[in-house]
Amino acid sequence: MTDGTATAGTAAAAGTAKDLQDERLIQATGPRQALSATIGRIRDGDLGLLPVVLGLVVIGVVFQTLNPNFLSSANLVNLLMESVPVGMIALGLVCVLLVGEIDLSVGSVSGLSSALTAVLFVDQGLPVWPAVATAVAAGAVIGFVYAQVFIRFGVPSFVITMAGLLAFLGLQLKVLGADGSINLPFDSGLVGFAQLKFVPAWLSYVLVAVTAAGLFAGGYLKARERRAAGLSGRSTAVLAARSVALLAGFGAVVWYLNRARGVGWMFVLFVVLVLLLNYALTRTRWGKSVYAVGGNVEAARRAGINVHAVYTTVFMLGTALAASGGVLAAARLAAANQSTGGGDVNLNAIAAVVIGGTSLFGGRGSAFAALLGILVIQSISSGLTLLNLDSAYRFAVTGVVLLLAVILDSVARRSRASRGRA
Amino acid sequence: MRQSATAGAPGDVGHAILSLRGISKTFGAVAALTDIDLEVSPGEVLALVGDNGAGKSTLVKILSGVYAPDAGRVTFGSEEVTISSPAVAQRLGIATVYQDLALCENLNVIENLFLGQEIRPARLDTVAMEVRSWELLGRLSARLPTLRVPIASLSGGQRQTVAIARSLLGDPKVVVLDEPTAALGVAQTAEVLDLIERLRDTGHAVIMISHNMPDVRAVADTVAVLRLGRNNGIFPVRDVSNEEIIAAITGATDNVVTRRAERAGTGTAPGKDDQPS
Repeated sequence: MTDGTATAGTAAAAGTAKDLQDERLIQATGPRQALSATIGRIRDGDLGLLPVVLGLVVIGVVFQTLNPNFLSSANLVNLLMESVPVGMIALGLVCVLLVGEIDLSVGSVSGLSSALTAVLFVDQGLPVWPAVATAVAAGAVIGFVYAQVFIRFGVPSFVITMAGLLAFLGLQLKVLGADGSINLPFDSGLVGFAQLKFVPAWLSYVLVAVTAAGLFAGGYLKARERRAAGLSGRSTAVLAARSVALLAGFGAVVWYLNRARGVGWMFVLFVVLVLLLNYALTRTRWGKSVYAVGGNVEAARRAGINVHAVYTTVFMLGTALAASGGVLAAARLAAANQSTGGGDVNLNAIAAVVIGGTSLFGGRGSAFAALLGILVIQSISSGLTLLNLDSAYRFAVTGVVLLLAVILDSVARRSRASRGRA
Repeated sequence: MRQSATAGAPGDVGHAILSLRGISKTFGAVAALTDIDLEVSPGEVLALVGDNGAGKSTLVKILSGVYAPDAGRVTFGSEEVTISSPAVAQRLGIATVYQDLALCENLNVIENLFLGQEIRPARLDTVAMEVRSWELLGRLSARLPTLRVPIASLSGGQRQTVAIARSLLGDPKVVVLDEPTAALGVAQTAEVLDLIERLRDTGHAVIMISHNMPDVRAVADTVAVLRLGRNNGIFPVRDVSNEEIIAAITGATDNVVTRRAERAGTGTAPGKDDQPS
């Protein structure tokens, strides 16, 4: 209910779209208004992905000044490949954080899955892909068990997954056996996929062009459908500008990467998974349920959402993707050992998700958080390695960046609250 | 106030769409509800009143499938039903608007309206949902500037509107409103009362929980009083004074009112004031 002083229907006569009739609404139609609306949103604290993009720019400038090799094609190709295993883990964590829970065991689960893959493939002589599938399935089973304990006994996910962290670390050591390390043969498809398989240059440009065209076509059809239904639609000029910007931006990046080895298939796989998860989160009932459970679980339950099913799928997705990350980590290293998934993997994954703009309190964030967040983490790591600084500095710098990201999120949240943007 | 709305001679009783018989619910050692009887007919507004802890909210949660009753029968239409979950309640056609509104603040108006019943689950039809949302809010004469803002940025009255609009989405037969005017200003309260009348006039059975006597008298046809988890009288609104209702709520006088309550509770009172819809 509103002040109700104005009368409805006057705007309808003028042919305004159904959703733009209220005179309290500030209209934004052309590209210029769209831009100024975006600036207004940012000023109100609705930052979206802006901080992490700016963060990447700052990191790029700083490290490039300190070491001119940082932004070289070769280093960037390496950086992208290196970011995939933890990126996959972070992608699963996005889902878990979106429902307001946490999974602290993703590192151990990834380590266990790398060990399982190696044992099944090398020691037991299974073909490589069934071995991988078994490892990922084992990861999904772990998530299923977490979810059941969480649902039936109400144990906080923090505690369940901390128990999992220890238990699966133990299992990983047990599976690896006395040697503690199993090498994966270089001629297996798995290691090749993670180290040697790159998209041919022509195909990479085709992929970028197809993505840009698809974005434009999707947006155009959507706008047409909205106008046909009497709603406002984005102008074709805005859509075209967006697609051209994407084409130019990603085209340039791909061209630059192609000067070295190019874009790895493993990275393409990661991006495809990010896009798939983004679709699932934004365009399906399941995705809306995930956000609803993260925003207000009681409201979700009363709306008839099967909350248990949401928790189960989310935890399973989290551990299955963590397991996939573990497999890729082993493939990248051509070995599974006792430290796979150990050390800072857990915290890097969590830091990536939070730096990418996913709220630790649930209900806010997107699949792209994993992609952008892991790029930040990996850039810092790569930059510090180039400067010959040891992991002591890497830990400290990553910690500071994580803290900055959370502070920025808190400040933006306060600003949103005071400007009515939630 | 709205005495003119209560037409219909005694005996002109609509068939009850929802009736409860002998509903009981205990939480540990506390008997929250004991042997509750209640019924409501299409086109009737039933006000459920009672002091804090009288069991109103527990009863609402039983109706909406959040709690299962320990004993008693629920009849919907002509069939005995078990409302085992909120989804079952929705499928039957019982929609509930909770006091806390149960909205997700991080989702926008459209997403909240269609939460759990989105059109085309695997590839959301956002256009159809937005069109339906505008229609639905238009039918309630509600005016929101835009639907693509998170609920967190709406006022209390606007949120109440969204919550009521959402309850109508599944085309329910019974709408349960838990304290719909509790947090609202004067004008917003009037608008919500208008909404309730619009629900009744479109043939919905409305169960409204309220602490506010003027609101109850304004829109309700029948008042059911709960006291300490038991029925304490069911009155046709036009035949009863505020004092009598309040006495039944507080148990201040236990002679006239209780006797009257017993007469009314076992007899013809529910639906007596039923308005033909």
